[in-house]
Amino acid sequence: MVQEQIVSKKLRFFIIDGYRVARETGMGARINTVMQTCFFAISGVLPRNEAIAAIKHAIEKTYGKRGEAVVQKNFAAVDSTLAHLYEVQAPNQVTSSFDLRAAVPAESPEFVQKVIAKMIAGEGDLLPVSALPVDGTYPSGTAQWEKRNIALEIPVWDEDLCIQCGKCVLVCPHSVIRAKISEPQLLAGAPPTLKSAPARWREFKDLRYILQVAPEDCTGCVLCVEVCPAKSKSEVRHKAINMMPQPPIREQEAQNWKFFLQLPETERQALSLSHVKDVQLLQPLFEFSGACAGCGETPYIKLVSQLFGDRAIIANATGCSSIYGASMPTTPWAANQNGRGPAWSNSLFEDNAEFGLGMRLALDKQMEYARELVGRLSDTLGDELAEALLLADQSTDADIRAQRDRVMLLKKRLRVVSTPEARDLLSLADALVKKSVWIIGGDGWAYDIGFGGLDHVLASGRNVNVLVLDTEVYSNTGGQMSKATPRGAVAKFAAGGKPTPKKDLALMVIPYGNTYVARVAMGGSDSQTIKAFCEAEAYEGPSLIIAYSHCIAHGYDMRYGMDQQKAAVLSGHWPLFRYNPDLVKEGKNSLQLDSKPPSLPLKKYVYNETRYTMLVHSDPAGAKRLLELAQEDVLARWHFYEYLAAMPVGGTEKKEEHHD
Amino acid sequence: MIDLSTTYLGSTLKNPLVVSSSPLCEKIDNIRRMEDAGAAAVVLHSLFEEQITLESHHLDRYLSHGTESFAESLTYFPDMVDYNLGPDAYLEHLRQAKVAVDIPIIGSLNGISTGGWISYAKKIQEAGADALELNLYYIPTDPDLSGAQVEQMYVDLVRDVKASVSIPVAVKLGHSFSAFANLARRLDQAGANGLVLFNRFYQPDFDLENLEVVHTLTLSSSYELLLRLHWIAILYGHIRADLAVTGGVHTAHDVLKAMMAGARVTMMTSALLKNGIGHLTTVRSDLLAWMEGHEYESIRQMQGSMSHRSVAEPAAFERANYIKVLSSYVLKT
Repeated sequence: MVQEQIVSKKLRFFIIDGYRVARETGMGARINTVMQTCFFAISGVLPRNEAIAAIKHAIEKTYGKRGEAVVQKNFAAVDSTLAHLYEVQAPNQVTSSFDLRAAVPAESPEFVQKVIAKMIAGEGDLLPVSALPVDGTYPSGTAQWEKRNIALEIPVWDEDLCIQCGKCVLVCPHSVIRAKISEPQLLAGAPPTLKSAPARWREFKDLRYILQVAPEDCTGCVLCVEVCPAKSKSEVRHKAINMMPQPPIREQEAQNWKFFLQLPETERQALSLSHVKDVQLLQPLFEFSGACAGCGETPYIKLVSQLFGDRAIIANATGCSSIYGASMPTTPWAANQNGRGPAWSNSLFEDNAEFGLGMRLALDKQMEYARELVGRLSDTLGDELAEALLLADQSTDADIRAQRDRVMLLKKRLRVVSTPEARDLLSLADALVKKSVWIIGGDGWAYDIGFGGLDHVLASGRNVNVLVLDTEVYSNTGGQMSKATPRGAVAKFAAGGKPTPKKDLALMVIPYGNTYVARVAMGGSDSQTIKAFCEAEAYEGPSLIIAYSHCIAHGYDMRYGMDQQKAAVLSGHWPLFRYNPDLVKEGKNSLQLDSKPPSLPLKKYVYNETRYTMLVHSDPAGAKRLLELAQEDVLARWHFYEYLAAMPVGGTEKKEEHHD
Repeated sequence: MIDLSTTYLGSTLKNPLVVSSSPLCEKIDNIRRMEDAGAAAVVLHSLFEEQITLESHHLDRYLSHGTESFAESLTYFPDMVDYNLGPDAYLEHLRQAKVAVDIPIIGSLNGISTGGWISYAKKIQEAGADALELNLYYIPTDPDLSGAQVEQMYVDLVRDVKASVSIPVAVKLGHSFSAFANLARRLDQAGANGLVLFNRFYQPDFDLENLEVVHTLTLSSSYELLLRLHWIAILYGHIRADLAVTGGVHTAHDVLKAMMAGARVTMMTSALLKNGIGHLTTVRSDLLAWMEGHEYESIRQMQGSMSHRSVAEPAAFERANYIKVLSSYVLKT
């Protein structure tokens, strides 16, 4: 088809290895200058020499203030582009034996083939309105069919070195690196290049462990390789996963991935969900999103989907997470083999907490009415089932599974009854299974625009879980300052560095005393992160998790995102803690500090990031002053947390001592 | 009245105590304290060749990352009017240092290629530096690069820098050359006004637990002085350039030995990092006390008095001494 167009329209056809030119001239993976030069070189909108001179003039104007070296680098890219731009002589007739790949694979579902594929191909305007769902819902789990193939290199597993810790799986922002354990006989028909190793679990020692990468969905961010702790004893740069060029292994790994997907998932009951090593075996129900390569937010969202996804209902504030979470035409939110997965909806920026509260209230009302109906229909249903349904403890995965079985039985019995009450209960039966409501958004929502609503919802005492993906800036709209922006960081509307400290959202909420509050950073402590998510969900009341999320708006190489999170914790900028009101019942202080006192000077953390260093370049004196203040902020806040964490429970003992 | 004065790079210094290039000199306040404590001159911290280009690349990379890629946000940072990059801040610091103190301020440029960056030598001169120290810190890791090529690179660089400035230029370098005396002469002929011996090479260590290469910085000790004394004594009188000792100068005795070997000045950093800037005062008074006790009138009087050509036994600096030393080894237990 493509070649036919070239031949019939007598097109001139040029090629360039843009990435190679960019890499060799020091431009990294940025091919803008290269491709722009190509356009002017071959389009003829201006005489070539004039066009090149104009490009160079524009380069000087755009990059001049970033230094002469940058200008020279771009000039070199322009010159090298012209040297590497080749015209391909097309034959006079069609000779090609291959064509462009279809927008989606042939095995994708009908809706994906007929509707979504059209949009991916840029032909969405040709779709009739009638092609779209009529009820406002949209099929989920469709991002898996896109196969974007954007990574130049992908991680490759070395099964002999791997210690099966699961850190790479946990950190992967796009859920493309996954682990399973399998009965050895199920691997009998595996593709020849599929790798596996004996499982390093005491309880699964007879099984095989497989770590598999989705080669066509990986973005090549390298976070997994950086977080891998296993190094070769004979060549330390070789780890248990290493980046390799994608094209030569794409086909074989695509086959392996396909095989991997059909292997059974591990039963949740067999796993200890508070451990990173076990969490890697949970199926993610959030995959292949459109987030940036190396995103610091999506690992947390994926974790929610792994831990609670099969019964989660999510209210998502507008922001990055709503865009990568559901940008047309595909959806990264997915369902498991039983068809269970998160129900997700996006509301406005300013009312997301209330939106989620509404979901909670509706679920509570449904459950209340369902329970009422179970009571009324107990004769029809059988007293034993009715009682079990009403008294069920749903605090563990096993309990929930048992309740799901009861609900299945309930539905079966109700289907043969035709009273209006039975029909009502049939439609409400699923409400008898505990749901997990998550209210998710960024700092722009939680600290700023939706703060009034967030405060209202937390104060309500209802059982909702709030996850704040704190990038300390409005990321999606291009890096505007929020109240979460730290002192001294440059952002749009804070070009001179933010003069005031970061708002301490946790400290504003803790005094309610009814809200579980945790501050986490996966790179600071992945086990503390998992613990906080599990505790927040289990807490019978509102929960707030504030999660440090590295971001391209920080001006940092995201492959080292976890290192920077660690530095944030060590410097005291991001102290880790959990505040659990339930601990009072055990006579303990509710506030548990999970990180140590600041041990790294703040500047060793902040000056890794352009959002801080650009102020050093533009206003050195101002940067110095703000850094000193920010360092004071960090120490003062740490001392305050320490003070709170050391307070006696109830606050009475100390008073008595004082009077003695 | 004992005369401590000496001359170095065309200036008369009140004594031979110079503060060598280090991050201590990044604070104007420290430079003031150095002058107050008795320093006769200060070599500023280095402006690095890599710093000039790397900072630009870094800034560009992160300001550009992710831009022009998403529909809702074309950029992630505000557009600044200007960036104070690389040499600008350094030159401003130099100007401030010149205003703050009366002692000579020597600028320091650290690099290795004869690229466009040596134009900064001229800018350092224009900013008011009394002299320039060219720090040639180079690790020749390329097995195809011969010693002759490396030496030529040094000579060319010195010639190019000299051609671009009128202030005196000193060259600071390491000792790993097969014929150091010859190289010293060639640098001298290329126009170097001073030779600063020797750079200390920072050697990476291994972290056995994390299997990582770690950077270590160990302060010098007086033991390291011996290598410098040896070469100063050999070179004294054979080249025109002023000789300076850096590395291992901690006490007045160290200073005296350097002077007797033939140095014009001694440079200190480790001793100040260890004992504080006030240590200069101690060294100066110890120096005076020793000279008084041993009836020396001036520093100049002793300079070169124990150099290769002045000692009774020049063989002490040569191979004969090596044989003697080796045969003096005896088991102590």
